[in-house]
Amino acid sequence: MSDIVERLPIEVRTEALEQLLVERGLVDPAVMDKFISTYETDVGPLNGAKVVAHAWTDPDYKSRLLNDGTGAIAELGFKGPQGEHMVVLENTDTVHNVVVCTLCSCYPWPVLGLPPSWYKDPAYRSRVVREPRRVLAEMGLDLSEDVEVRVWDSSSEVRYLVLPQRPAGTEDLAEEDLVPLVTRDSMVGVARAGASAR
Amino acid sequence: MTLPVELAPDGPTAPPRSNGELVFAAPWESRTFGMAVALSAAGAFEWPEFQAALAARIKAWEHSGESAECWNYYRCWQQALEDVLAGHGLVTQDSVAERGAVLVERPKGHDHDHDHEHS
Repeated sequence: MSDIVERLPIEVRTEALEQLLVERGLVDPAVMDKFISTYETDVGPLNGAKVVAHAWTDPDYKSRLLNDGTGAIAELGFKGPQGEHMVVLENTDTVHNVVVCTLCSCYPWPVLGLPPSWYKDPAYRSRVVREPRRVLAEMGLDLSEDVEVRVWDSSSEVRYLVLPQRPAGTEDLAEEDLVPLVTRDSMVGVARAGASAR
Repeated sequence: MTLPVELAPDGPTAPPRSNGELVFAAPWESRTFGMAVALSAAGAFEWPEFQAALAARIKAWEHSGESAECWNYYRCWQQALEDVLAGHGLVTQDSVAERGAVLVERPKGHDHDHDHEHS
């Protein structure tokens, strides 16, 4: 019987499963719709960008963020599934951090929304561990040889957020003007903040 | 450097900023996502259990030798969801297959959900 299931078009499988779950009172379609729209439109990298911009402008917040990511992020009101234990990694002139999940594409939903397709791609997941410098270069981020690249593998226990470097020449910008410079990719560690969108 | 007002990150016109791609490539991807999250929130299973099932399905795909073009994250997600539900005795694979067989037999245009008669 499982062969028959495997051969069904995937959209038929999801529809069949949803019908059964609804009939048995296990899910409410309205609740599903709410979760979907929340993650599709409301939760996005903007939350993470606010965290980063706040850390750039408030040194005390930055030190709290690096010491206790979960707590400091919750201060700004961001928490929920897939963000239970957050560790924040600071990029510097000498260290560049990049995040992956080699197992199942764990990703910090509350601060970054749902993962982009490339993050879930098997090629990214395996190659960034083996040859991070090359993968980053292919994604448009060239790092000099004296910068140490650290690759962090997410797990069901720990989610990582990269604190990118504040772009040069932004000393006069207010916190709210810094937020738009913080891209999702910069918080995964595959781009610099303020760099143009991929 | 001044930013145009429409870049107000909290405003209704907030730019996607490097997040412009669709979160879900097809409606069924959002449905399987929504099912798993809603079921877990309702206590049908613990999230780490689903994650382990998802990791197992992804690993199985990687060892299956299928080409990269056939890769779909949410297909693994759906398989993992079925695995967890079957494990809890909530929905069996057989019942999904039976219902799916009924659904594929529907006449074309079934999704025209109108009450009127077509002439």
